[in-house]
Amino acid sequence: MIRVVLPANLRTLAEVGREVELEVGGTVTQRTVLTALETAYPMLRGTIRDHVTQKRRPMLRFFACEEDLSDESPDAPLPEPVATGKEPYLIVGAIAGG
Amino acid sequence: MTTVRLLVGTHKGAFILTSDERRERWKIDGPQFVGWDVYHVKGSPVDPNRLYASQSRGWFGQVVQRSDDGGKSWEPAGNEFKYEGAINTHKWYDNSDHPYDFTRVWHLEPSLTDADTVYAGVEDAALFKSTDAGKSWQELDALRHHPTAPSWAPGAGGLCLHTIIQDPKNPDRLVIAISSAGAFRTDDGGKSFKPINKGLRSNYIPDEDAEVGHCVHHIAMHPSRPETLFMQKHWDVMRSDNAGDSWTEVSGNLPTDFGFVIDVHAHEPETIYVVPIKSDSDHFVPDGKLRVYRSKNGGNEWEALSKGLPQKDCYVNVLRDAMSVDNLEACGVYFGTTAGTVYASNNAGDSWKPIVENLPAVLSVEVQTLA
Repeated sequence: MIRVVLPANLRTLAEVGREVELEVGGTVTQRTVLTALETAYPMLRGTIRDHVTQKRRPMLRFFACEEDLSDESPDAPLPEPVATGKEPYLIVGAIAGG
Repeated sequence: MTTVRLLVGTHKGAFILTSDERRERWKIDGPQFVGWDVYHVKGSPVDPNRLYASQSRGWFGQVVQRSDDGGKSWEPAGNEFKYEGAINTHKWYDNSDHPYDFTRVWHLEPSLTDADTVYAGVEDAALFKSTDAGKSWQELDALRHHPTAPSWAPGAGGLCLHTIIQDPKNPDRLVIAISSAGAFRTDDGGKSFKPINKGLRSNYIPDEDAEVGHCVHHIAMHPSRPETLFMQKHWDVMRSDNAGDSWTEVSGNLPTDFGFVIDVHAHEPETIYVVPIKSDSDHFVPDGKLRVYRSKNGGNEWEALSKGLPQKDCYVNVLRDAMSVDNLEACGVYFGTTAGTVYASNNAGDSWKPIVENLPAVLSVEVQTLA
């Protein structure tokens, strides 16, 4: 199972806790994880990446294993600890507001 | 028993306020959509328990919520607002060309005849329509492809389509308004649009009576007289008696004719309400006094309505969608402030009471009169 940590506003939208678990078939990449997330929680479509371009929304970033993966290829395999569920994949909103 | 239900959108969620027809004691429910901007919540005239809400956040984009039980429960609807055809450009603040880019839904306008049909006015300025209760959205792209669209420039709040008025006598006619492009009308159900800004004068643009470029803040119409429109422009209160083909100024004796809201009495089509704001640089009421102004003869002659409203040290604004009227015999008037107070009058504005205070900044107030 892949573990995904969501920012607070998306937890309330999806009516879930801090972390969700997902089944991801095949190679575990950012794209396959986000697609699995949006399939399980359709209300999140368009809130993390653009509907059409699939680009990450500018005020969000993606992290795993203490690495910023935001600008990595969405099709690159995620680190093994994420793929095996030891470490979560983090979707993080920009800290803003002072 | 008649129930009055207020749908209040705020900077940090939505609230529903209900009362009986006396409109003296209110029940406050909410917040819904906590932490999100709720620009607008509005109910269907066909099925009042069908509500639509625009929920957005800079981080996470747009969500449209739908309720089928009067706001007790909500379900996310479709949020894919895709511009049709080629993406054209509009002017940016520095006069450069900027591609149209969807940001948020400012206003949701449910159809007068079909509970599953709803219009959405969005930033960057475009008009969308859903005929499946918000599941999917199609742009009425003749507006954004109008020959003047490349010259439209945003106001301080963005290039937003914030006003959608349906003509109850002509289902093919819609009047819309964009800050700061002006007002437009379609007479063919959205196949074509034309600017309706003749008579507007805006001395903050190079050609002060240009065809487009006017910062229209809001337009109101009484359903019995769809040819008559009342407009609060950036500066100036205007009226038209030919569905916007031409406008005349009716600011009259207002202390300032800058403002955002304008609305019409439910039973008196010549009685209108505005909340004057000091200026475009000082977005608060003048002299520290919160006053609604009422004209009973369609403009020019205005009276201040202040009973029950703070008359010292008040520095709030009332935003463009934050006033509404109910349909009870003694017309109720409601508005919300940027300081989070919603005021109600159960006597057409003669006196006011705060019905809830200290909410997040109020972005919109809509009222439903439920039999």
